[in-house]
Amino acid sequence: MRTAVLVAVMALVTMLLRFLPFIVFRKKVPGYVVYLGEVLPPAIIGMLVIYCLKDVDLLSGSHGIPEMIAAACVVALQAWKRNSLLSILAGTAVYMLLVQAAF
Amino acid sequence: MKSPVVRQAFIKSVPVMAGYVVLGIGFGILLRNAGYGALWAFAMSAFIYAGSMQYVGVGLITGGASVITTALTTLMVNARHLFYSISMISRYRNAGKYKPYLIFALTDETYSLLCDGKTPEGVDPNLYRFLVSFFNQCYWVSGSVLGSLLGTVLPFSTEGIEFSMTALFIASFTEQWITLRDHIPAATGLASTLLCLVIFGSESFLIPAMLLITLILTLLRGRMTEDRSKVSGQTEEKILPADISDREEAEI
Repeated sequence: MRTAVLVAVMALVTMLLRFLPFIVFRKKVPGYVVYLGEVLPPAIIGMLVIYCLKDVDLLSGSHGIPEMIAAACVVALQAWKRNSLLSILAGTAVYMLLVQAAF
Repeated sequence: MKSPVVRQAFIKSVPVMAGYVVLGIGFGILLRNAGYGALWAFAMSAFIYAGSMQYVGVGLITGGASVITTALTTLMVNARHLFYSISMISRYRNAGKYKPYLIFALTDETYSLLCDGKTPEGVDPNLYRFLVSFFNQCYWVSGSVLGSLLGTVLPFSTEGIEFSMTALFIASFTEQWITLRDHIPAATGLASTLLCLVIFGSESFLIPAMLLITLILTLLRGRMTEDRSKVSGQTEEKILPADISDREEAEI
């Protein structure tokens, strides 16, 4: 029962965060928010890239070398072929190979 | 798959599949080891549907956290979803009956697939976005339940497969960098977050980073609006019509 309450709290707070901006701006969308909608997506993706790599330790272990090589593969492939699926699959395969076999 | 919109949406969602299934399995196993079975895994993945929060949630449940602690932790861990919603207000504005689910299902990965506002030619954009969001949640829920039922890791080594999520964001970042002429927002996101990571450490850098990004982009508003009007029509044709109607509405 207590678990069900906690799960419900997590679900409701998460929903609140996702719905709040839509509820607040349901009628009028201020120009400032429209502007944020234009400039935030690339900034947020940049943030998520760092967020995913936050636990990479440059000073010990594998020094982040597998991450750097795999990330470079993704960037290079994406710039070359412009095919996200290909870039992601190849980058992940390179990374798995590196962490399982090389490092 | 006979319907083109289903096929297109499925193809778009494939990059998320491996990551969600495997991370879902990880979550299912974690929850099962904490003493909660497949039904709980299903319920959490269906109703909370926020990956990192569910991992944290297992700790809250087993650690005997209070309702207040749970609410505050969720608020902190998921604050970034406010950010996603704010930036999708214009794009989801006219989504009609799909709108509630689109908002509910806006995870990091779904956001990164849909935030550029591009949808394939000749398909209903809202149905397309709904299907992409729905497929992604199917992967996550299936993974969670599978992990709970299996209770063990897959028979082959999946070590490193979590990089597919990182790769998704890197590919999306690169693609936007190539497509958009204005690189300031992307560079701002990257640099601000890196700076906050160095200053605040990996546990608590995300909220300062979001504030810093918002602050910098707000200060740059004048410059970019000017810049944008010069290049508009070339880089963001897809977004522009909706934005214009929003601007008009905003001025009324």
